[in-house]
Amino acid sequence: MPDQLLYAMEVTLNGLMAGVMYALVALGFVLIYKASGIFNYAQGVLALFAALTLVGIQQGQVPFAHVINAITGGHLESFGWQLPSILAIGLTAGVMVLLAIVIEKLVLKHLVGQAEIILFMATIGLAYFLEGFGDVMWGADIKTLDVGLPQGINETLESVTDGLFGYGFFVDNLDIVAALVAVALVTALTLFSQYSKQGRALRAVADDHQAALSVGISLRFIWVLVWSIAGIVALVAGIMWGSKSGVQFSLSLIALKALPVLMLGGFTSIPGAIVGGLIIGMGEKLFEFFLGPLIGGATENWFAYVLALVFLVFRPQGLFGERIIERV
Amino acid sequence: MFYREAGDFKTSYREDNQTFPIRFDRMGFYAALAVAYGVIPLVIDDYWANAVFVPFLIYAIAAIGLNILVGYAGQVSLGTGGFMAVGAYAVYKLMTAFPDVPVFIHVLLAGGITAAVGVLFGLPSLRIKGFYLAVATLAAQFFLVWLFNKVPWFYNYSASGQITAPDRSMFGVFVTGAQTSATAKYMFCLILLTLVALVARNLTRGTIGRKWMAIRDMDIAAEIIGVNPLTTKITAFAVSSFFIGIAGALFFSVYLGAAEVGEAFGINKSFLILFMVIIGGLGSIFGSFAGAAFLVLLPVFLKNVLVGGLGWPTDLAAHIELMIVGGLIIVFLIAEPHGLAQLWRVAKEKLRLWPFPH
Repeated sequence: MPDQLLYAMEVTLNGLMAGVMYALVALGFVLIYKASGIFNYAQGVLALFAALTLVGIQQGQVPFAHVINAITGGHLESFGWQLPSILAIGLTAGVMVLLAIVIEKLVLKHLVGQAEIILFMATIGLAYFLEGFGDVMWGADIKTLDVGLPQGINETLESVTDGLFGYGFFVDNLDIVAALVAVALVTALTLFSQYSKQGRALRAVADDHQAALSVGISLRFIWVLVWSIAGIVALVAGIMWGSKSGVQFSLSLIALKALPVLMLGGFTSIPGAIVGGLIIGMGEKLFEFFLGPLIGGATENWFAYVLALVFLVFRPQGLFGERIIERV
Repeated sequence: MFYREAGDFKTSYREDNQTFPIRFDRMGFYAALAVAYGVIPLVIDDYWANAVFVPFLIYAIAAIGLNILVGYAGQVSLGTGGFMAVGAYAVYKLMTAFPDVPVFIHVLLAGGITAAVGVLFGLPSLRIKGFYLAVATLAAQFFLVWLFNKVPWFYNYSASGQITAPDRSMFGVFVTGAQTSATAKYMFCLILLTLVALVARNLTRGTIGRKWMAIRDMDIAAEIIGVNPLTTKITAFAVSSFFIGIAGALFFSVYLGAAEVGEAFGINKSFLILFMVIIGGLGSIFGSFAGAAFLVLLPVFLKNVLVGGLGWPTDLAAHIELMIVGGLIIVFLIAEPHGLAQLWRVAKEKLRLWPFPH
């Protein structure tokens, strides 16, 4: 097989893997949008916050050490323990649930019935707040996150492809784990929303707030529930991205990359988020591979958005979104 | 005569359409103009110009521009930073290519170029609405920043990839470059802001502004009563981008002096200006001023209190600033979704009836 084709295949494979990572973030968006009609810009920052908290808890950092030191002039650093990953992840999940409750109480409750765009702006405010809060709580330096996920090149795949084509593909183990986790997550979420009582309530709320209220479903409970789930999805995304590239501010920027994914897939479709993620991930890697060198490279910064923009002009509701019907 | 008018005394269309119907407000406006033109230029120094006044004036122009698009025409845009970059690079190319033309003309031309780019990216708004449009404008933001980073022609093949404002003067006074005095910077921006605000106010209360608002309130209904969505949305994008381009040109040439596109006109700039518009008040020219003043003064204030007053490290102060800005936005949206401008309107209502509210 010609080398160019082999490289392209490798790039495609890696693009698909990157797409899975985007889809992980996009999933959280879809959940909240479906249940509450809120376009949650803060999803990426939730992932950053979850990852920061996880590192903090795992390594026994003192929360707000920076502030306390600034006020008292002390030198607090850490409690000096090292928690096992599982325990730390569990505690962080607890923190995310707590955060969901606080957000519902302090923000969402007061904004019921406002225009969608106002809610969207509120989540931008929330994103700024959480970003500052995370940094104040845990410090802004770049941290490494290690919860024992396998990293580095997958040797089995390399030797298999080497045997088949005479060229070993490079695929990161972490990406494979992320893909598996994404599949598991989507399966779990689908089962939950299709077969559990709460899941049914969730779908009812997504369908019609008023009608759901009138049959006795507590809207506020559903909101807490869905923000908790989104927080935990954010934690998963934070673990994956944090293990891959360190826990730092740029983590919250992947949320922006998840937006074109959503636009392609449609805001209301869970499978759409996955398919959109795969298309964007593959598309931007292939575009960079074939055309990037001709026009100066680093096209990954904008390709996803432009693709989504062009696509939307032809199909405004995305691939799997519900048809937009407008009435006067 | 502290405040007046507690009824409807208007007898002509002209009176009905006044910007400041109450005499006291009118006096206040003229007084503010007199102070801005007569007093501040005499006493301003470099610190005040660079920390407060020049950024305020420039952001106010940008906020007015964005407010036309978001507040009046209802088209949410997250591409403001990218459009400001177009203004900055356009003025840079013009200034270096035609050194003899007055820089004032260049700034206006840069606005015009930005308007053309804005129209281009505004075209999809005919098909894409709401959030989808907001995300689509991110394409403008990222693509434009990338373009100015990657194509050396835009930064005249300079080794650092930066653009640096050359020295240019008007009427013998430097307005750009290193030798510019604080007064010159301030006056140049102030004159442009005054023009922009006047144009914006008069556009928004005329036919075109009403069309924008009709499209904002319900586009399908507006279309049915005969508002052409194509021209209306496109003019909103054009006018908005024109102002934003002017703001970008001033931000680079007068305020920064040298700029690197990703840093000066990144996505954060888009959000900052959007916040100014929200906090100030959607659909209000006064609100654009209030929002710009608020978000320019807040960091200066916090920095003075936290770093200067309490002696905390700068990075911590920056994080707390993020928290406060974010928190304030939420508080504003909950308490008053129409921003500072609405607070002012409510206060005026109360003042009219004072001291005998019924």
